[in-house]
Amino acid sequence: MKINKFIVFGSLIVGTMCVSAIFAPAISKYDPAGVNLENALMPPSPAHIMGTDSLGRDLFTRMIYGGRVSLSVGFVAVGIAVVIGLVLGSLAGYYGGWIDSVICRFIDIMLCFPAFFLMLSVIAMVGPNIFNVMVVIGLTSWTGVARLIRAEILSLKEREFVEAARATGASDFRIIVRHLIPNGIGPVLVSVVLGIAGAILVEAALSFLGLGVQPPTASWGNILTEAKSTLGIAWWITVFPGLAILVTVLGYNLLGEGLRERFNPHRKG
Amino acid sequence: MVNYILRRLLGMIPVLFGITVITFFVIHLSPGKPTRLQAEMSPRMTLDAREKIERLLGLDKPVYVQYTDWIKRLAHFNLGRSFTDDRPVWDKIAERLPITISINLLAILVIFLVAVPIGIISAVKENSIFDRISTIFVFTGFATPDFWLALLLMSLFGVYLGWLPISGIKSVDFEEFNFIEKIFDLGRHLMLPIFISAFGGLAGMSRYMRTSMLEVLNKDFIRTARAKGLSEKAVIYKHALRNALLPFITIIGLSIPGLIGGSVIFESIFSIPGVGKLFFEAVMARDYPLIMGELLFVAVLTLLGNLLADVMYAVVDPRIRASGNK
Repeated sequence: MKINKFIVFGSLIVGTMCVSAIFAPAISKYDPAGVNLENALMPPSPAHIMGTDSLGRDLFTRMIYGGRVSLSVGFVAVGIAVVIGLVLGSLAGYYGGWIDSVICRFIDIMLCFPAFFLMLSVIAMVGPNIFNVMVVIGLTSWTGVARLIRAEILSLKEREFVEAARATGASDFRIIVRHLIPNGIGPVLVSVVLGIAGAILVEAALSFLGLGVQPPTASWGNILTEAKSTLGIAWWITVFPGLAILVTVLGYNLLGEGLRERFNPHRKG
Repeated sequence: MVNYILRRLLGMIPVLFGITVITFFVIHLSPGKPTRLQAEMSPRMTLDAREKIERLLGLDKPVYVQYTDWIKRLAHFNLGRSFTDDRPVWDKIAERLPITISINLLAILVIFLVAVPIGIISAVKENSIFDRISTIFVFTGFATPDFWLALLLMSLFGVYLGWLPISGIKSVDFEEFNFIEKIFDLGRHLMLPIFISAFGGLAGMSRYMRTSMLEVLNKDFIRTARAKGLSEKAVIYKHALRNALLPFITIIGLSIPGLIGGSVIFESIFSIPGVGKLFFEAVMARDYPLIMGELLFVAVLTLLGNLLADVMYAVVDPRIRASGNK
């Protein structure tokens, strides 16, 4: 099999980010919340390779701990979106009729709202914290998955193997879960990987606006909030968190693009 | 044509109803109450006073009564009054709207002017150096958080170089300027916000344009056009481009919610008094009527934007009008 460059580069980036997030305490000897005012706003140096922030905390340490936030928000939010999307999408695709109309109309309605407006409204009501951010992103980003799996099931459900399964007496539930979803999961997998990238960007934006992960917990977004007040004084606080977001999102996007090539629709006849 | 538009308008009614339901319940099923925030901020507020305010705002009634009351008021285009300063929500949105619309329209124009040529060249010269560079640009563009780019550009042009102002839409002495100076001043203030707003869509659009162009270039009628001896220019710009631009119209329509959503971020960063910043302020103050009004407003705006895109699609592509469905 030909090696896919996108998948290789993507996995390398994603893998590195995951490892550094998981083993954060082993990688840095500093405490991400360890305030040391004498050391405030130090430029990058051998002791603090990414410098320190205005409270003298080691920026590199805060960055790798922030990676934990991005990673968990990405996975959990997309997990929620996938569950909702799979359930509604397969119901719509398999049963058709009024169930399909209602679900499709619901998706149309959801798509009318700028997702970011919807998220901000809910966050404003339930309060900003990492758990709410995950739930809100998940609740507002399932429409893509739902449409994909619906389309896949629509094209699969008349095929012989489904007929065969039905002839052996399989229930609707079993047909959907064991036969239809596994066969149509390819495009969904691509959108899951790209969805993680999207969720990481949204979490960063929410935290940047002060409506996401709250300080002192470090997240790439809320480090950038501080960067706004040190603009022109401490370039490192602005540059590194943004680069981390960029590289991570790029990694997931490359992986997604590689997977898309692997599941290329050309193979379908 | 009129028939087509009427049919689309009728189809919008259930969606419109759904929009009001979601807007209303998103805000009202949440555990927080605006009076709680006011109580927290003022320790002297007693339970009694809180109930009084709740009654005044109608918050003590059952949720479905609040909903029907709200719908009745909506039917009269009454979005209620803001909790924070008691001004009509409609007025607050209306005065902030022109600036957001202008920035977004200019951003769409920029996207169009940049993404279309990039897409065409990448598709026509597939796998050339230009195509590869633009692919790298597209991937980087997709991955760049726009608010971070805004910070970087602000610090570069605003702080280090001092070329551009970093907040607001006009200088303090704006009123003393003559017409040309006023335009110039607005341009200096809006340059970065428009760029940031356009940036988000740029990568995606040039990618769509490339894909769409590649698809068309593989069609039979292009081969026919070449076979009958037309120049490459005529084939690409007359036969291919016109067909490749069609899906673009829908995509611009679909990108409206994203652009409006993005305005929250760049308007907050650059302190631009548009609907995005207004929404952010409303969210921070838990101003129910204002949040609901804006949510509803942007959703309807998106709906109309999509309708406009579909109608334009039907105008330029007679096949759509004839078949009558999307």
